[in-house]
Amino acid sequence: MTWADTLLLLPELIAATGASILLIVPVLGGRARGHMAKWAMLALMAVTALAVIGSTYAVAGVQQTPTFRAMFAVDAFSVFFKLLFVVVIALVTLLSEDFLSEERYSTWEYYSLLAFALCGMMFMASGVSLITIYIGLELLALSSYILAGYYKNHEESTEAAMKYFILGTVSSAILLYGISLIYGVCGSMRLSTIAAALSTMLSNDALMFGIMLLAAGLCFKIAAVPFHVWTPDVYVGAPTPISAFLSTGSKAAAFAVFARVFYVAFPAFHLDWSNVLAAIAALSMIVGNLAAITQTNVKRMLAYSSISHAGYSLLGIIAMNEMGLRGILIYTMVYVFANLGIWATILMLRRHAYAGESVEDFRGLHKRAPFAAFSMVVFLLSLGGIPPTAGFIGKYFLFAAAVQAGFGWLAIVAVVMSAVSMFYYLRLVVAMYLEEGSGAETIYSPSLRFVTALSLTVTLVVGFIPELPIRQVIESSSHLVGRVVQR
Amino acid sequence: MPSTSDFLMLSATLFTVGLIGVILRRNMITVLMCIELMLNAVNINLVTFSHMLGSLEGQIFTIFVITVAAGEAAVGLAIIIQLYRLKSSINVDDARNLNG
Repeated sequence: MTWADTLLLLPELIAATGASILLIVPVLGGRARGHMAKWAMLALMAVTALAVIGSTYAVAGVQQTPTFRAMFAVDAFSVFFKLLFVVVIALVTLLSEDFLSEERYSTWEYYSLLAFALCGMMFMASGVSLITIYIGLELLALSSYILAGYYKNHEESTEAAMKYFILGTVSSAILLYGISLIYGVCGSMRLSTIAAALSTMLSNDALMFGIMLLAAGLCFKIAAVPFHVWTPDVYVGAPTPISAFLSTGSKAAAFAVFARVFYVAFPAFHLDWSNVLAAIAALSMIVGNLAAITQTNVKRMLAYSSISHAGYSLLGIIAMNEMGLRGILIYTMVYVFANLGIWATILMLRRHAYAGESVEDFRGLHKRAPFAAFSMVVFLLSLGGIPPTAGFIGKYFLFAAAVQAGFGWLAIVAVVMSAVSMFYYLRLVVAMYLEEGSGAETIYSPSLRFVTALSLTVTLVVGFIPELPIRQVIESSSHLVGRVVQR
Repeated sequence: MPSTSDFLMLSATLFTVGLIGVILRRNMITVLMCIELMLNAVNINLVTFSHMLGSLEGQIFTIFVITVAAGEAAVGLAIIIQLYRLKSSINVDDARNLNG
């Protein structure tokens, strides 16, 4: 290990240092200047983003640079996700602004926890050993529990934190038990060593049990059925910007880990675990979409829709081919931006702490806020996978990957369920454009406008000129795909 | 001298007891203790495998797990205290504002 190795860790170091500084500022007398916290946080995100971009030059020409005894690696795959995480956290910061100033809770600690969560997510994307991945996951999870309960005088928020905490810690204990079994069978925590050990091994019960427990823990993080029960309650109870974070950033990080662990470590036993994951994916799509139809609360509806999207993305892991991995990357990006845009509109419609909740609040929105209503339609079409929005490109990759891998029935379930999902997405569109009504008042601040505009741009650009993002995704996933092709 | 499989059986038993406790018990403090039990069951597993394989990785991971468990206990107790302030109860069933 040299100083050059430490440089590869620079984005994480900056995020961790910045988070610690944000934490001590109020103690040093910054409490009164709460409005400064947002700018400090945005500056931190900008520096972190520069460091992430800078770290790509350090590894130019090399596919992957494992450092710290092969526990941490920088490669194109991790850079793709790290940049996505930084953008998500920056947008969540913008979403939080008005929300925090209204409720008079401390801002510095809030942003500090978000920065710690970012640090954990970046470790998850870069971890090539199960130890690093677990520590990153826990850093993200512990920050999320506190953030979900940040409105400590609201019963709903505290209750959401409690439910998230109990189910979250149990799921990480289950994941940990799986890791310990895998370690016992393979003799190592490093993903590449595990893969090498498995390639000369016959399927055995302890190993399959370990892989299943690990998958169960990760399925909790991405909210796939049957590990989804926490999702609707937490999304409704948590502060709205945190629900936006949990449904985008936290899920994207879990998918980065899911993809890396399964594509690098477990390709040898693909036949054994793919059927179990296929059942989980099918259940997530069916239960998520059917439950979303009956919801009248928009946040609850989004929670069930996010459960179904976890099912679609799982297709990419089940398929275990080039197309599948690219599909995961592009779909994660598309889903994150469409979702952030929708959460921005919900925040715009707030009355007090909790609003923009019922479908009635959206009535006649196109008269009061034409831009918001139009972009909302684009985001909903993108989530439904209708061309020419970005969602179509993402779903095309995932469904084609499933067909290529011989999971045609799963692709059919996915297509049918996408059609079902349009039913409840369009209900919002009908409310906004065809129904008359005063609905909720709108406060459209510049930062919400910016989040909407950026999400709209990404959704449309990926939809209309997909060549550029697709080329980027192919580049970002080439290293991991190389391993699968070698198999 | 107990064998490796005895330790693994002990770990599996403790883990199951913890999991059943989380599902059945209604008191938040007891639930938290059951979660700690599950994490410590994993620690026994890791140390046993570490001994069996002659590799240190498992024991190093155990130290990380103990640290994380301490952090989890701190966050969990903070949430329990806040819940008690709002509802004067730490029974899981009394928290039912969000009908999931």
